[in-house]
Amino acid sequence: MSSAFAIEVNELRKTYGRQQLVAVDDVSFHVNKGELFGLIGPDGAGKTSIFRMLTTLLLPEKGTAKVDGYDIVADYKQIRKTVGYMPGKFSLYPDLTIEENLRFFATVFGTTIAQNYHLIEDIYLQIEPFRNRRAGKLSGGMKQKLALCCALIHKPTVLFLDEPTTGVDPVSRKEFWEMLKRLKAQDITILVSTPYMDEATLCDRIALIQNGKILSINTPQIMIQQYPQQLYAIKADQMYEMIKALRKYPEVMDCYAFGEYAHVSFNGSFEENKLKTYLKTEGLTQIEIKPVPPTIEDYFIKLLKH
Amino acid sequence: MEYVIKTDRLTKRFGDFTATNEITFEVEKGEIFGFLGANGAGETTAMRMLCGLSIPSSGTATVAGFDVYSQTEEIKRNIGYMSQRFSLYEDLTVQENIRFFGGIYGLSNREIKTKSEELLEQLGLKNEAKKLVASLPLGWKQKLSFSVAVLHQPKIVFLDEPTGGVDPLTRRQFWDLIYQASAKGITVFVTTHYMDEAEYCNRISIMVDGKIEALDTPANLKSQFKTSSMDQVFYQLARGAKRSD
Repeated sequence: MSSAFAIEVNELRKTYGRQQLVAVDDVSFHVNKGELFGLIGPDGAGKTSIFRMLTTLLLPEKGTAKVDGYDIVADYKQIRKTVGYMPGKFSLYPDLTIEENLRFFATVFGTTIAQNYHLIEDIYLQIEPFRNRRAGKLSGGMKQKLALCCALIHKPTVLFLDEPTTGVDPVSRKEFWEMLKRLKAQDITILVSTPYMDEATLCDRIALIQNGKILSINTPQIMIQQYPQQLYAIKADQMYEMIKALRKYPEVMDCYAFGEYAHVSFNGSFEENKLKTYLKTEGLTQIEIKPVPPTIEDYFIKLLKH
Repeated sequence: MEYVIKTDRLTKRFGDFTATNEITFEVEKGEIFGFLGANGAGETTAMRMLCGLSIPSSGTATVAGFDVYSQTEEIKRNIGYMSQRFSLYEDLTVQENIRFFGGIYGLSNREIKTKSEELLEQLGLKNEAKKLVASLPLGWKQKLSFSVAVLHQPKIVFLDEPTGGVDPLTRRQFWDLIYQASAKGITVFVTTHYMDEAEYCNRISIMVDGKIEALDTPANLKSQFKTSSMDQVFYQLARGAKRSD
């Protein structure tokens, strides 16, 4: 079955429990073939529920979705054969070794490790020295690499990665994204979720999601261009005192810490010298003010606030 | 200068594996101290020793003036602790959680009553006081959890990845609470995987393979490693790590 999109989601909805908690609230989006698409949002935004519906592990309450042109309800058996899924929670067999887990997944999908070894080679080589170690005894970083190998070994058309980098240190996160870039070059469509805003720019397109609703879908570059005001980075000798002072300043629209600076946007025009004088009278020194380009995180904060 | 934490060659071995290897550092009163490391670098083990949960193999340390070998109960009474995983009892209401933790920390009923009113007011949770914690959004849970951890005015509060998975706006509101606590003289000892949060600390240490490889203010570390971002400082240090979690 052929389709223009790798993933097509139309008004998908999921509610849990007696309290009718809406986890996924009429979500629609599509992912092009070969695209690296990111679902970016905090815990509880509905990312995992979307993944579980698309991988046919959870029935939607309403709406439709297709993966590779197959319907997630009617054609669930087809989808299970063709997609790869790495859940957020480690779900391999802890009592099997690295090699046994990988062979198990290859066999279940009717293939062999040798047949698709090229797909996993550069990831597998990093854990191969420990191939006889039980998966339950592996470190977090190694578990993550093994899980990715197991999700890839049957050469999936679409790869679902649910928060693969959560709780992982910045160095390992960077390495993981380099692996994803190489996979993308192999024509595998990737849907990945993450709570880390800085990973958004590594995706082709992203959806920002909060409380079960998609707030915005676009390329990271366009989102940044859509930021409505000029953003300034401001710094002084005492960060918290400065933020408190800025929030009292009438022209300040938003002000929040961002690394060593505070990011600040203004209502209408603002005069740099006037602001500097004000901050000085508030007892601050070493004041620095400069315009900066916004990031996806700034854009997300703007959407949450307004 | 008053130190709330003081360690000298603090070490923890498990068999022939040295998780924390001779770390020596001090944390001043009221300081916001970031305790960073690559996965498996030994920060969790170090933090457990400082909280009185694990007896060191060698070296010395005092926390809030108490010895980590012989006065672990005194340490536990004088610190606050919050982690991403263990926060509050979901099946208790907001008010019940406050009363429970106040009781655990030995506050009198009257103190609990005053503190809990103060806290609900400050967090804007007055209307939610009788709601189950399970029904609160994650960001509110984290803020409440922090406030409960400092309810007994500890000398120091340990925060283990307090903002993991929280949205960027709530993450910043959480840091406002940290700054407020620090301004009241509570020392804050915090771990995080967000490098922008490392910038919010007065000083940070970075552990690699069981040792503290760098310790200074964010500004000094950046100039020492000749880079403009903490991300890069961390990357340069942790890239060579032999252990990974």
